[in-house]
Amino acid sequence: MMDSVSSSSATVADKSVKRMQICRAEYRVIGRFVEQLRPTRQCMKTLQTQFPHLPPSTLLSIFSQEYQKRMKRSMARHHAPDVIKEYYQRYRSEAKTRPAAPLLLELANQVDLSPALLARLIVECFLEERQASVASRHVLNNMLREPYLIPDLLLAKHVEQCTVNDCCYGPLVDCIKHAIGLEHEDLLRDKLRETNLSFLDENQLRAKGYDKTPDIILEVPIAVDGHIVHWIESKASFGDDHSHHTYLNEQFWSYCNRFGPGLVIYWYGFVSELDCQRDRGILLRDGFPSDIVTLCQGPARGRV
Amino acid sequence: QTLTHGPTTPAKTPSTSRSVRTQDFSDRRGNKSTPIQTSRSAKAQQHRGRRRSGGFGGCASGRQTGPRGAVSEEGVRWDGGGRRSRGVGRIEPVSPPTQVQLNFNNLEDFPPVGAAQSPPVATKPSRRINPTPVSAERPNSKPKSCFISTPLSLPASPPALPESAGAKLTAGSPHSLQEERELLRKERSKLAQQTSSPLKTTPVICTPTKTVHRQGSKVTPDPQSPCPDPNKVTQKSELDLLAELYCTCISENLVPCVFLELFFVLQLLTSHGVSVSESGEEAITYLGNVHNCVYFSVRVLENQFELVSHLDKCTLRLLSENERVGTFSSSLKDHLAQAQENCTAKVSIIPFQPATDNRSNFSSDRAFHTFKKQRDVFYGFLREWEDSHKEPGWDFEAALGSRVRMMVSQLTAAGSHSHFARLFQKQLIQMCKGPCVLGSSSDAPDADLLGMLGADSLGRLKRLQQRLVQPQGLIGPCPPPSFPGHQEFFKCFLQTASCCQLNQHLKDGLCQQLLKLDEVSILGPDASPARGEETGDGDMEQQVRRFSSVLLTARLLAKFLGFISFLPYQTSELPSRDIQDTAITLRSKSSPVLDVCAVLRSSVHRRRTILTVPWIVEFLSMLDHIGPLLPFYRTALCLLLQIYKRMLLGRGGELCYMNQLLMVAVLGWLFQIPIFPEDLFFSTDPKEEVKELENITSSQGLDTLPLVDQQLLYTCCPYLGEFRKLLAAFVAGSTSKSGGLIRKITPTSAELRGPSTSRSQQKLQVDLEQAFFHNQPPSLRRTVEFVAERVGSNCVKHIKATLVLELVKGGEKTLRDSLGLEGVNTAKLNDSICAQLCDAGMQALETATRFCSENAPGAVRVLLPLETSPSVLTTAESITTRLATEKACSWLSANITTLLKREWKSAFGRVMKSVPSSVRLSAGSSCVSDCTHKVPLGSEVMIEIKEVLSVAVGPRSEEEAYTVHQIESLLDRVGQTLGCRKVIGTPSTDYLFLIRQLIERGLLGEEEVGTNWPKLSALSWPEVIASYI
Repeated sequence: MMDSVSSSSATVADKSVKRMQICRAEYRVIGRFVEQLRPTRQCMKTLQTQFPHLPPSTLLSIFSQEYQKRMKRSMARHHAPDVIKEYYQRYRSEAKTRPAAPLLLELANQVDLSPALLARLIVECFLEERQASVASRHVLNNMLREPYLIPDLLLAKHVEQCTVNDCCYGPLVDCIKHAIGLEHEDLLRDKLRETNLSFLDENQLRAKGYDKTPDIILEVPIAVDGHIVHWIESKASFGDDHSHHTYLNEQFWSYCNRFGPGLVIYWYGFVSELDCQRDRGILLRDGFPSDIVTLCQGPARGRV
Repeated sequence: QTLTHGPTTPAKTPSTSRSVRTQDFSDRRGNKSTPIQTSRSAKAQQHRGRRRSGGFGGCASGRQTGPRGAVSEEGVRWDGGGRRSRGVGRIEPVSPPTQVQLNFNNLEDFPPVGAAQSPPVATKPSRRINPTPVSAERPNSKPKSCFISTPLSLPASPPALPESAGAKLTAGSPHSLQEERELLRKERSKLAQQTSSPLKTTPVICTPTKTVHRQGSKVTPDPQSPCPDPNKVTQKSELDLLAELYCTCISENLVPCVFLELFFVLQLLTSHGVSVSESGEEAITYLGNVHNCVYFSVRVLENQFELVSHLDKCTLRLLSENERVGTFSSSLKDHLAQAQENCTAKVSIIPFQPATDNRSNFSSDRAFHTFKKQRDVFYGFLREWEDSHKEPGWDFEAALGSRVRMMVSQLTAAGSHSHFARLFQKQLIQMCKGPCVLGSSSDAPDADLLGMLGADSLGRLKRLQQRLVQPQGLIGPCPPPSFPGHQEFFKCFLQTASCCQLNQHLKDGLCQQLLKLDEVSILGPDASPARGEETGDGDMEQQVRRFSSVLLTARLLAKFLGFISFLPYQTSELPSRDIQDTAITLRSKSSPVLDVCAVLRSSVHRRRTILTVPWIVEFLSMLDHIGPLLPFYRTALCLLLQIYKRMLLGRGGELCYMNQLLMVAVLGWLFQIPIFPEDLFFSTDPKEEVKELENITSSQGLDTLPLVDQQLLYTCCPYLGEFRKLLAAFVAGSTSKSGGLIRKITPTSAELRGPSTSRSQQKLQVDLEQAFFHNQPPSLRRTVEFVAERVGSNCVKHIKATLVLELVKGGEKTLRDSLGLEGVNTAKLNDSICAQLCDAGMQALETATRFCSENAPGAVRVLLPLETSPSVLTTAESITTRLATEKACSWLSANITTLLKREWKSAFGRVMKSVPSSVRLSAGSSCVSDCTHKVPLGSEVMIEIKEVLSVAVGPRSEEEAYTVHQIESLLDRVGQTLGCRKVIGTPSTDYLFLIRQLIERGLLGEEEVGTNWPKLSALSWPEVIASYI
């Protein structure tokens, strides 16, 4: 992530230079490696050093997804009322002895909980303690977003340390993810326009009353690698087994059921073995295809 | 080794001679020779109509594909029906077939082959008639009973039979019943000893070819069977006479199934002679040797050449290349060779059509969203079925049962059965309308392959695949009804779901669409095929395709309608007589799901039987045991019989041969499947029905048009492919290596015609218009109607998109302007604007009229032939314009107000919501003037900001630090990004939030924001930022 500060002109397209389809075995290796990592910028550097042949964004996406799975698994453990209480008490007592230390961040790393999630739990406890009632979601979210709304300034500082340093959870990450998703959809639309393919986007489709809508529906189907493509879905993430199967069940099959075969672009790559439903109408790519064949005209030629 | 009597015969009587038969058997058992014959005959028997198939063990496997599944029950049912008829027909004791038939009927006496290993058959004594095999291997069998038993069992001897022949036939005094029975008992005991035969355990699997080689018993030349020699034919004159007689029966439709007889003839042709010395048997053995068999067969083929010549090319080729045909009749060989040149076949695919159901079709959001899920769940089942149904041990109920029922119960909760029924029906048509080769499945259209290979290569590839994948067992020309390919999924789904609501909705939908299809106009009602030059080839081709599409869809739907309708009454066994009577009384009271009799009569009167009969046959083939006994369905079956008996091939006057052939084939099949009560075929004609059928009101109809091509014939009657298999098996020397099946893929054209155009016109005008079309090619009418429909529809769409939109926009403006004024009453304002809009909406009719007059003529002109005379063209244009305008205006006048009100309502809501913030939202909606859109991506900038923040907030290492320059450069990029609307997209507040974080960290002063972001001020952002700071 530090890289991007210095090489600011990097664009999404540059990332495709590096290989982004990973076989399942290699993915497992990465998966095992990230098990020990915490969602901090330091750990991200370690990860990049370990797998220099993979683009940082791909690694971050893989890590983020694996980390989210990890958090979901341990959710019950961390969310037990007595455990939360213990975390809070620990924070409280330490805050008295060494307030300048990054207490919450340390605690989070120590118990292997996402710093942003821990911050949330602690703020929740704090509010409960003060108001003797459960804080509303809205208030809580706002306080995480803008920690200086928290009446206790020291806690605010520690919370901010958590949200700013967590690369998987928290309001900042949400903003960034949202932006990345939109940017890639936008990129897809740009590429389609460059290639002179006319399409309907999600909003137009919704207006027409479709119940399930992919990002893009091509008005005239194309062929990619010999497979017919009616629709394109853009995913600004890495396609691992877990997320892909979720997407298949919640989205891709639904699109197939309605519009016929289509294409999924995992901009940050995917586990190569997952591209096995081509004959059933789901083709995977890690970028905008360059080998498009259109009806009547043969291979499409972009303006670029 | 199973029963080794070679080809089966359509005859009912097993006429065997003790000595030869016995010898034959011991031979076979000894050396296992001629496995070809045995496997073939066994297979043929298994799948014969109930009459022949009886309760053969192998039958079970074949039958289970049918809806009723069980063999024995059919046998019992059949027995009941058969016995009654026999009681009536007993007047003629002369007929030996019937007597002997009783023997074979008795399964206790004559259990099916393989019964020993087939418990259901064994435990449920079925008294089905066993197949009656006849072949050269039983040289002493009485020929007369071989081939004309069926017609002979008519109570009244057919007038068509020549006197002499009739005398001859009855003269052959029957073997005593006892004698026959004795003989068959012996045979049975032999069979019982053969329980370990591999053929029994896997009756459908063909004997491998290599076995043949190993045993050195290849068919040609078979050392054991003599080469048929015309010079060795005995009793030529008798055979000629018999052939003539037999052909008459076929030609006069005096046999229940013409194609079954043809199959028999081909079996005779390909029979394997066994050189048996003529024992001094007293019976006359006309077909006692292979020479006579082949001679007879070739004579019949010559006589029935027209029928034969309509078979497919591959069959004709095999026939013409059959050396026996060549040896016995070179002229037949030549004719066959000529005939195959006239054959053509085409291949194309079924297109995929995505269906859409939007919210407005549902009663509630909840129903809409539930159905959204159901659709995916349903397709999930379909995929799972495709994946696994062929795996051994996979069971629909076990694998999907509970999930299917859960899904259906959710449908019930949401009340969206009708939607699902529609989806189900559409999907059924889409996946199953095309031909399914018997026993094969997974017919998914390979659009990708097609793209790469082109249609021709794809066809070849498919055939190759077929040959590799498909079991090539002979199933005989009258297999029981089945649900091939994907149909099985839909059938299992319905069975498993067993949901009465869903079934009812489906029945409604199927009925409606069937009747709609039945009425569909393939041509204009007055079209005449005689106008050769006007009905160009292209038109005809299109009609044929359209007809084929309609017919196949109707047949599919009818089969499922029948399946659902009779599902509640299906029983595993034929109920006892008492229960039958009660059931008949009970069920006669309620009205049937579809008035088949009325539909049939009407189709006869209007000469549309070629469309109606094939689908009615599919519907009736699904009847339960009691169904045919109900007066209503009995009448329907009688009607079909009458139609069949009148459908004399090649003598239908105006009727086209292929049309007749299709009807004869499907009807013959119906008469042979287990459900058809046999006595019916031989019952006397109810005179009034006959009269009724003569009362044809229409001078022209579909029946007189050449609508059926060979492809359609074979698609509807895949069992006709059995001829080819039989002949190919003969060539290959084994059933396992039949020549491969050509799978035909039926072209389907989009259903172009929309609902018929408005009929509320002055009668004279309509009459004039009809008169105009009457003398024009039918394509003209179709074009006009089509164009009118489309233009009308486009017109409505156009008005929705332009006029309505403009009016609503105008309304919005008025609203906004008025809102600025003091003391406005919003509710009043809303009402008054809405009223204005609705008034203005009436101009839609004018606009529509203009639109249609501008667009319709051009469209018609382009679609009609260039040579169309100017006056015809002008007339067609004006009719089109009128029809289109009518359509558009009638829709608009009924709906424009509602449409406007709805649109206005949402626009009003939108405006009211946005008004308070509209000032702010309107700012900064475009890029800075010189923007090249090549600014850093928002997400990148945000990541950088987060990075900076995390370092700033700490913890951080010594080397992690930012210079002022770096921060400034970052800010500059932020500024660039914010300056480009294209990049910044929607989440602008996110940036502001991040920037604010920077400011709060003290990394930026307010002044710096001002100096570093000159562009921001131009974008009217500062005030927003200021509000944050």
